[in-house]
Formats: sequence, structure tokens, C-alpha cells
Amino acid sequence: MFAGTVLYALINSVILLLMAIGFNLTFGISGVSNFAYGALYIMAAFATWMLMNLVGLPYFLSAILSILFTALVGALMYRFIIMRVRGQVLSEVIATFGIGLAILEFFRYLGFVGIEYSLPVFLDHSFIIAGTYVDMQRILIVVSSVVLILLLWLFIHHTSIGLAFRGIAQDERTALTFGMDSDYIAMLSVSIGAGLAAIAATVIVPLGTISVGEGYEVLLNALAVCIIGGLGSTGGVIVASLFVGFAQRFTDTYIGSHWTMIVSLVAILLVLVIKPSGLYGKQKELEERI
Amino acid sequence: MQKRKERIDRGIKVRSEDIFALCSWKEMLYLSGPRLLPLIAFALLPLVLGTYWQRVLLSVAVFGLLAISWDILAQSGMVSLGQALFFGTGAYCSGVLNHYWHLPPMVTIPAAAVVGGVICTLLLLPVLRLRGIYFAMVTLIIPLMLVRIVEATKVFGGTEGLSGLTPLPSHWIELYVSLAALLGALFGFRRVMSSDYGLVLKGINDNDRSVMNAGINIYWFKAQALFLSSAVGAFAGALMTHVYMFVGMPVFALDYSILPIAAVVVGGHGSLAGAALGAFILVPLSEALRALGGLRIVFYGVFLVVFIVALPEGIFHFVTRKYHQFERWVEVEK
Repeated sequence: MFAGTVLYALINSVILLLMAIGFNLTFGISGVSNFAYGALYIMAAFATWMLMNLVGLPYFLSAILSILFTALVGALMYRFIIMRVRGQVLSEVIATFGIGLAILEFFRYLGFVGIEYSLPVFLDHSFIIAGTYVDMQRILIVVSSVVLILLLWLFIHHTSIGLAFRGIAQDERTALTFGMDSDYIAMLSVSIGAGLAAIAATVIVPLGTISVGEGYEVLLNALAVCIIGGLGSTGGVIVASLFVGFAQRFTDTYIGSHWTMIVSLVAILLVLVIKPSGLYGKQKELEERI
Repeated sequence: MQKRKERIDRGIKVRSEDIFALCSWKEMLYLSGPRLLPLIAFALLPLVLGTYWQRVLLSVAVFGLLAISWDILAQSGMVSLGQALFFGTGAYCSGVLNHYWHLPPMVTIPAAAVVGGVICTLLLLPVLRLRGIYFAMVTLIIPLMLVRIVEATKVFGGTEGLSGLTPLPSHWIELYVSLAALLGALFGFRRVMSSDYGLVLKGINDNDRSVMNAGINIYWFKAQALFLSSAVGAFAGALMTHVYMFVGMPVFALDYSILPIAAVVVGGHGSLAGAALGAFILVPLSEALRALGGLRIVFYGVFLVVFIVALPEGIFHFVTRKYHQFERWVEVEK
């Protein structure tokens, strides 16, 4: 029982991490809080579903295509909408939230609701670890997110675009004087963030069905993890997703599923009240409180 | 005969802003027209409209109040993403007062406005120091959390809510009370915001540190602005509770947070009139789009994006500018 709970808490944490990493990357680099994130996640899942069931492409090809498509949508979203309101935080939030709302409710309007809207698991197989059944997909989620984070780290630290990313994140104006096109880099960051949402969707969605309501939950979870960890800090996000994942799973098992969401919401509130920049965020004393 | 163009507002502005002397009825009409228009419109519209559109007008008033409450808060430097907190607290206050103590609506609505305002102010008091996006996120999260808490603890009727509350005496009273409240809030708070007191609040928005430098306790002023704003929101919630004769978890729904913001974005912020105008445009529009079903919310999202990108100042500021730029032909003096 206890070992199983710990195991599933660990998997839950990894899922949260995977959900949050794209949001966090975008915010960390360009300062854009992409509230359309949950919608992009759901859009990627539906795109894969449509490519598979309506066009008839094989699963892996359609997954890859939908990831690329979502990344493209992210780039276009930045180029035509976010770029115009860049720097005005509230306008960014309203604009991206509006886009997310439009995408999600459009899918609801099309009638994409029901059990048949689900993606197949990669391999149908399960293990018994420490006396608990764990299916292959969950193992795959853990493995793929570890690989993904390693790849991201390599990308950010060992390529020239990665260097530009870090430059823009550190000081946009100074980076501009060194000839980095901040709008181009910000576009890439939004695009990669969207792509990461799509990857997360491809790996996580096979566990359940694709539902529009899930889009809002994903956004909320991503926000929760990013706020607790500190917006824009990768290490913080890892710690925070472990924290939230364990807290959620343990309240689920020992207190009741009604309280699961309350625990993470209370955690966010406490973090915001006590240390708004999060556990590992860079302290920006004057921007966050007076 | 030679003619030239003359801006109508110039002469009036010079006189009305400094000397307070107007030369003719025409000029008085030029100044008072835009202010009288909503008064007359709201007085007459209920008489012309059918029952269904009267209901729509009622929601215009309620969302207008919420939008005004959002704008008061935003003008004082606090951006909220959770107007539903104010709305829901007011709704639950009046619902509880009516359900458990059987007080009549004429008592519960004002009481809920005050008590709800105090509760919201106390809830947000610990985060008064937060700025910008951090404050916004707290306000986004609190209503979501309250819904879950109501669901989990089953307090005040839990998921079923409290139903069978006392309705207002007649739907005319509902309508005129809400419209009067909207106009009262609009003109009253416009006056407040243009007084010295409002200047302090606006100063907090522009540069809070220099207001502190002037020896003013900004937390005290922020708390007051929070109370004003949340009391307006709570009033709207309390009114709606008695109209629906029901209070439950939907009062904390995201709609009550998004629509007021959308109204302010469309109407234009910083003037309160823009907020009311936005509600007056958006709510009937969304009713007219009801035939489209779920596509309605899609339009909403698109609307938000288009306005924030293409007309960030909002309709009201745009119209005001155009109104001040009206020209007329006058004879050139020899």
C-alpha cells in the first residue's frame, strides 16, 4: 500500500513535471506567460487523434506531425498576437487566455467529447514493482521525461540558440546589443514551449481520454508547479512537481479525492504569500511586492 | 462667404474646465448629452423590451457592476483575475442570511454587500503587498479553491447549494434596482476617482513608491479600494442570488471572472464608463450569439484577442476622442 502510493506519487510528479516544463521554459526565456498552454496540450492530442482516425496515418507519424504542428501554432501565435502586446503582462495573459479559450471551446463545439477520443498506449504491457501493478505507459512517461529533460539541458547549454535563450532570459536589452533578435528568440521559446506541451500530451494522454476540461486542469497544474517552484527556474520546477505530486497522491489515498486539488491550491497560496518568486525563483523583490 | 472648420469642444473645454461658464443650451447639451444618454436609455429600455430581453438587461447591470468593481481595483494598482470571489462571497452571504435567518431581501442584499466586502478584504489583506501578476494569480486561485472547499466540506448545501430563497417583490423592482445600482456605482465612483482620494488610488497604480514617499500609507488606501471594489461585486452577487432564488457553487464560476475583464478590455479601462459600456455591448452580444451554442465562447475568446491587439484603449476612449474631435462649419470673421 505505502510503497505503491510512493511509486504512483513519483509517477504523478513526473507527469506534473512534463506538463509544466513547456510553460516554464517559455516563461523563463521570454517572460511570456502562455495561458493558452492547456489548449495547446489538448489541441496536440486531438491533432494526433484526427491524423490517425480521419487521415489514417500510423500512430508515430501522426504524433510527430502533431508535435510539429503545435510548435508551428505556437510560433504563429507569438508572431501575430503576443508580439504586439509583449511586455504588458496583463495584455499577454488576456490575449493568450483568449486564444486558449477559443481553441478549447471550439473543440467542445465540434463535439469532441466521449470515450472514443483516446490515444493508444505505446506498448500494452504491465509490470509488478514492489507489489503494485505499473503499466508500461507510466514507465515510458518516466523514461521519456528524463530523456527530454537531459536533451533540453544539452540544447540550452551546448548550442548557439541555447546560448541566445540564456542571454535573452538574463537581460533582453543587453542580448539585443549583442545582435540577438529578441523577438525571434522569444518566438522560438513560445514555439518550443508549445512543442513540449504537445510531447507531454502524446505521452500522457494515452492514460485516459482526451477531454476539453482536461485543458484547464493542465494549465492549472502547470501554473501550480511553476509558481511553487519559481517561475522560470528548471530546478525549482523539478522540486515543486515532486512536492505537489506527492502531496496530491497522499491526500488522494489517505484523506479523500475531494481534497486533492485543495492541497495544491493551498500550497500555491502559501508560496505566493510567503515567497512569491517561488522556492527556487530568482528573488525580484521590487517586482513582486511592496 | 468663406467658411472654416472649428472644433466644437475647444471653446467649451476652455470655459467649462476653468471658469465653469457655458454660453448656450447647445453647449450644455454637448457636455451633458453623453452623461444623460445612459440615464435615459436605462430608464426607458425596460419599458420597451420584452421579458426575455429584460432578463438580459438585468445581466448587463450585474456584469456592468462587476466590471466597474474590476476597474476600481485596477485603477488602484491591483489587477484581479477573480471577480468571481467577490460575486460568490456576496451571493453566499445573502443566501445564508436569507436561508438560515429568513431575513428579507431588502436587508440581505445591503448586508451582503457590506459583509461580503469585509470578508473579501480580510481574505486578500495578507496579499496586499503583492504586485502585478502575483496578486492576479492569488485572486485567480482563491475562487477555484473556495469551490473545492464547498464541495469537500459540504458547507452551505454543498454541491446542491441553497435553493428556495425569497425572490424580490416583482421583476420591475429587480430590474430598476439593478440598473439604479449600476448608474449609481458608475457616476458615484467616477466622482470618487476624480477627487483627491481617487488621485491617491491612481497614484498607487502609477507609482506606489512615490506615493509612499509622500507619507501616505498605501496599504490602508489599498485596503479601502479593495473594500469598495469587493462591496460592489458582492452587491451584484447578492442581487443575482435573489433573482435566481438559488445560491450554489456556480457563483464562483470562471464566467464571473472572465466576463468583467472582457467587458473592461472591450470598453476601455480607467474610466469606469468603459467598463459599463463593455458590459452593455458584450452581454447582449453573447445572448444574440446564443443560437450558435458552444461557438459563443469561441467568439468570446477571439473577441478578447482582437480587442487587446487592435484596439487596446477600448471603445470608450476611442469614442470619447472622436466626440471631442467633432467639427462644425463657422463663418470666417472679416
